[in-house]
Amino acid sequence: MSAVINSDKIPNNVDLASDKKLGRALEAWQPRFLDWWREMGPEGFQEDLVYLRTAVSVDTDGWAHFDYTKMPDYRWGIFLTDRVDDRRIGFGDLMGEPVWQTVPGEHRNALRRLIVTQGDTEPASVEQQRRLGLVCPSAYDLRNLFQVNVEEGRHLWAMVYLLHAHFGKDGREEAEGLLERRSGNSDKPRILGAFNEPCNHWLSFYMFTYFTDRDGKYQLLALSESGFDPLARTTKFMLTEEAHHMFVGETGVGRILERSCELMRKNPSEDARAEGGIDLPTIQKYVNLWYSVSLDLFGGEISSNAASYFAAGLKGRAHEDRYPDHRALEQSLTLDVPGEGLALVKQDVALRNAMNEVLRGEYVEDSQRGLDRWNKILEKAGQSFRLRLPSTRFHRAGGIYAGHHFDPEGRPVTREEWERRSGEWLPTAADEAYVKSLMQTPIYEPGKMAHWIAPPAKGIKGMPIDFEYVKRQA
Amino acid sequence: MAASDKDTPAPIVRFDTEPSRYRHWQLTTEGPLARLAMKVDDTAPFRPGYALKLNSYDLGVDIELADAVTRLRFEHPEVRCVVVTSALPSCFCAGANIYMLGSSSHDFKVNFCKFTNETRLALEEAGDRSGQRYVAALNGVASGGGYELALACHAIYLQDDGSSAVSFPETPLLAVLPGTGGLTRLVDKRKVRRDLADVFSTLAEGVRGKRAKDWGLVDDVFPKSRFDGEVNKRALALAEALPAKKGPGVKLPPVAVERRDEGGKSRAEYRHVSLVVDRAKRVAELTLRGPADEPATSAEAFRERGVDNWAFALFRELDAALLDLRFNCPEVGLIVARTAGEPERVRAHDRALLALAETDWLAHEVVLHMARVLKRFELSARSIFATLEPGSCFAGSLFEVALLADRSYMLDAEGGPRIGLSPANVGPLRMANGLTRLETRFLATPARVAALAGEADLLDAAGAAERGLVTFTPDDIDWEDDVRIAVEERASLSPDALTGMEANLRFAGPETMETKIFARLSAWQNWIFQRPNATGPRGALTMYGRPERPEFDWRRT
Ligand SMILES: [Fe+2]
Ligand SMILES: [Fe+2]
Repeated sequence: MSAVINSDKIPNNVDLASDKKLGRALEAWQPRFLDWWREMGPEGFQEDLVYLRTAVSVDTDGWAHFDYTKMPDYRWGIFLTDRVDDRRIGFGDLMGEPVWQTVPGEHRNALRRLIVTQGDTEPASVEQQRRLGLVCPSAYDLRNLFQVNVEEGRHLWAMVYLLHAHFGKDGREEAEGLLERRSGNSDKPRILGAFNEPCNHWLSFYMFTYFTDRDGKYQLLALSESGFDPLARTTKFMLTEEAHHMFVGETGVGRILERSCELMRKNPSEDARAEGGIDLPTIQKYVNLWYSVSLDLFGGEISSNAASYFAAGLKGRAHEDRYPDHRALEQSLTLDVPGEGLALVKQDVALRNAMNEVLRGEYVEDSQRGLDRWNKILEKAGQSFRLRLPSTRFHRAGGIYAGHHFDPEGRPVTREEWERRSGEWLPTAADEAYVKSLMQTPIYEPGKMAHWIAPPAKGIKGMPIDFEYVKRQA
Repeated sequence: MAASDKDTPAPIVRFDTEPSRYRHWQLTTEGPLARLAMKVDDTAPFRPGYALKLNSYDLGVDIELADAVTRLRFEHPEVRCVVVTSALPSCFCAGANIYMLGSSSHDFKVNFCKFTNETRLALEEAGDRSGQRYVAALNGVASGGGYELALACHAIYLQDDGSSAVSFPETPLLAVLPGTGGLTRLVDKRKVRRDLADVFSTLAEGVRGKRAKDWGLVDDVFPKSRFDGEVNKRALALAEALPAKKGPGVKLPPVAVERRDEGGKSRAEYRHVSLVVDRAKRVAELTLRGPADEPATSAEAFRERGVDNWAFALFRELDAALLDLRFNCPEVGLIVARTAGEPERVRAHDRALLALAETDWLAHEVVLHMARVLKRFELSARSIFATLEPGSCFAGSLFEVALLADRSYMLDAEGGPRIGLSPANVGPLRMANGLTRLETRFLATPARVAALAGEADLLDAAGAAERGLVTFTPDDIDWEDDVRIAVEERASLSPDALTGMEANLRFAGPETMETKIFARLSAWQNWIFQRPNATGPRGALTMYGRPERPEFDWRRT
């Protein structure tokens, strides 16, 4: 195993050259991936030179190498963090046993499902975002979008590597399936709900990268604890890339807030919309939407699957080493469960069965931290409005709250009230139309920004903001 | 589930329902098509303690399905194809509720599975013999009992959307079997190759899309956007290939019954049936009363009488009494069956009904119903004695009750009882093995069956004994003691050994899918349900949904 990424046809640090069979399988998959990228990747920018980060080694500085690349020439490859000697399973019933380097038969199906479910989200987000380039607010943002897209493509590679290397014919078929499903297509939808939601303007894109990519972060953290070592090492490396996606989301929303505050100051009645910006209540509605659909991605609050994944050492908690007890057999978690009528009743759930909820709890805290920074922007601008995360019960399509209605504070409401008021809480068709109306024409000119968003604090990799991040060839 | 759950007495089970009271199914009809959509109310389990998530079912859900299947036959003759589907998104049916199974007593589980099986067979029979075919439209995941329900349908269509799958997760997840006919139908009915069936039955997540079709697990797959249309087209084609039926349906009112307790016995009094349960003696006395009227001889008159036609009414009541006994009186070990009435009247009704059944769908349907009820009787895990006394009417269709009994006692006395055969005994009321009860009784001497078919006269005890139609014929001096001692002796033997012994002896002759399903349910599934690997303190069924993993005793038995 090496930190250096070789320059084979498929860049990798897993010594693909010595595993002829696997190499051939992946080489056969590569052209299909490229076909998929051309068909479903960013529309209209495949020939352009984009200032992208590419991994040349998995060392701390090696994976952040910047240069101009045409997206289809991006060095998609297979990178795992280095193997830790004598690594042991860190949680569950098999705690302390050596980790597996090959798939144990007993857990084959469960592991395959975990990998396929994670893998499916990667190309899905590329598909969801494929038209955003055509209405970008700046060349800087366009480059960030493409950086996110190529890295999601690489995450797909990472999961496909595991499927090809460890799951035989089934794995290869699943890898094909990852290229066949399509986000939002009701005949062959992506597996998880949030990845079939339309993401067709930049406010949604920033919210997606802030909230939905953050789900990815927590799933990857939990999988990086896995007793199946190749999965742990693959997901660890993916986390380094994921951090940038959330940066794009957080700074994107932050810049909109900054601009909206500026526009409000200009207007006698502090009306951002009247000044061609996005008003704060609308931004709150998009927070409500993307946060709630992302919460669903963690799975049911009470889950026997989650318990068996934990028991078997397949999927742990984020930063498992920070927990005092890794068997999680004695404790329980108290949940508010919908009861008769509009009541909520307390229910103790065995901790292992509540592992999804434990992970979701960490996610909620992490989400709040960025929200606090957004509110600092509002505070600095002298605005009294504050963004808030809605209750985890709000607008849920999965888990114990699905099928019930709650307001953003988490109070149960009747269906009638929900229908009457959901337009106050979630973007309406009119909100969507308004936001999209702001983003009709793309801005490619270096340094120039769309009217509704402030420029970033600084450029990429020490480059100025007006650097030519994307060289248009058309 | 806590052990204490198993000790709480099960609620009284009642089977009367009708579509406006369904909580779990939506039944709609349109021309020759009916749509039976499952939408289980997860807050309405049959008894408290579990939620019916993901269209999982329990006895309450199944009672409604059984009711719908029966009503479709009698009330909706215009329906020739029934599409069974789900009204929940992305989930067809998750099978029997695991928490319900985990917290049920063994006898309840067995009775539940048996009832489920009977409904599935009735649904299959509706397609084969009533011109009413069922089609499964799997618009989501069909796992375990959900796929078993689909297997009972004439055709299975699966939505191809990347997530809808068929699966049997019982063995890999719960260490039990898809025991309500699933494994048997897989290889026997659908003729799925056994190695593929082996792979399928150990793959918890199941099989989707094209592979499900290639393996023969489903008949076809369609993308979501075309699914409803394609299924509808096929359902309509199936319906149109079947002949239309003449005449309107007959509405099924609830079966009326009066219950009362009298001196340690509980009595259920129906119009033509009485059931008296002596809980202390663990004996039930069942009396079936023969017709008091003349039979209807035209289709119009038959339809006019509807559910009041003697045979229809009696067998509906008998069905209700048998289910009551099965679910609500688990300690009763012996059923003593009697009849009261005129043997010639029974035979006259049989002849009229069977003549009508050749051309009239309703009469035909009543005959099929009688056959199903007799099979349900035979599948009771209870000893059955028939006692033929003066004033009884064990003739024709009612003589089937004497034939299905484990043994019969007929009084040999002046003015004693007489029995007689009718066309009902030589064809229409077949057992699960495909034979008539006479054929099964005389497996060694088929010629006797043919000879008996020509027997027009009523027979007294000597005549019946000579022809091998009854077991014992005590005279009036011995009668009382003989019968009393036989009853007491029977009630003292091990209930488990008796159930096994009777099941072995009752179903001689050839195997059919039906006999295989019930035999394997009784033998394998019930055995596995008792084994520590499933239901012991660390068994997979016990541990399901709990934080710890199951532990197995690895010795093969
Ligand atoms: Fe990703
Ligand atoms: Fe990401």
